[in-house]
Amino acid sequence: MNFLSAFLFAGIACFLAQLILDNTKLTPGHVTSFFTIIGAFFALLGCYEKFIDFAGGGATTIISNFGYMLYKGAYLGFQENGIIGLFSGLLTYSSCAIAGVVVFAFVLTLIFKPKD
Amino acid sequence: MNKDEYKKLVDGLTPKENKSKNAIIAFLVGGLVGLLAELIAVLIMKWFGISRIEAYQWTCLIVILLACAFTAIGFFDNWVTKAKAGLILPTTGFAHSVMSAALDYKRDGFITGIGANVFKLAGSVILYGIISAFFFAIIGVVIYG
Repeated sequence: MNFLSAFLFAGIACFLAQLILDNTKLTPGHVTSFFTIIGAFFALLGCYEKFIDFAGGGATTIISNFGYMLYKGAYLGFQENGIIGLFSGLLTYSSCAIAGVVVFAFVLTLIFKPKD
Repeated sequence: MNKDEYKKLVDGLTPKENKSKNAIIAFLVGGLVGLLAELIAVLIMKWFGISRIEAYQWTCLIVILLACAFTAIGFFDNWVTKAKAGLILPTTGFAHSVMSAALDYKRDGFITGIGANVFKLAGSVILYGIISAFFFAIIGVVIYG
């Protein structure tokens, strides 16, 4: 069971993000973009898969996982199809998150009214 | 009043946030989100007998759906304001930013409102994610082959 490591991993990431938010003038947009890039960078180093082995849902839920998925798509795309695979494979794994958020947000927007 | 005095005055009047309290709340809430995600993934694997990778994809979708639904119903904005990075950094923050942008711009119409603004906040994550992943992947290909 790696519930504890999931808790610790996601918790520490959020803790660091909050420290950055509170001690700099950066906005949440900066911090999430930064963590996405960090995720892709750790994927390049080959660490992110180990994070997922270690922390499971803790590592796949934070936004850095998005960077990891994008890297994985582009890298494996190149392995399969060469240079065109870099482009055609890039969004393969993260498609789930992007398509999911677009579909859910659009359908729910049709149903719900904005708060005033 | 010179610049330094002015800065002092502004600093004195800016409400001080309790940074250590914020950080602890972010740690606990963020950790809880990670824990719940792991719990959902484990349950899905158990009940449906699917692979770990697929289970995490389902978990990701479920977390996004919950965050979108809670935002649409209306109480998630308060949660995000209170938990800050604890809900912003997980996928919930990504979903919340898309959902609230879509809702906020609904009154401006489908194309110029929702269509033009839905990725207003999440766009930077997607843009810099793709850019960084693309170039890191090239570096990866060069290094690892």
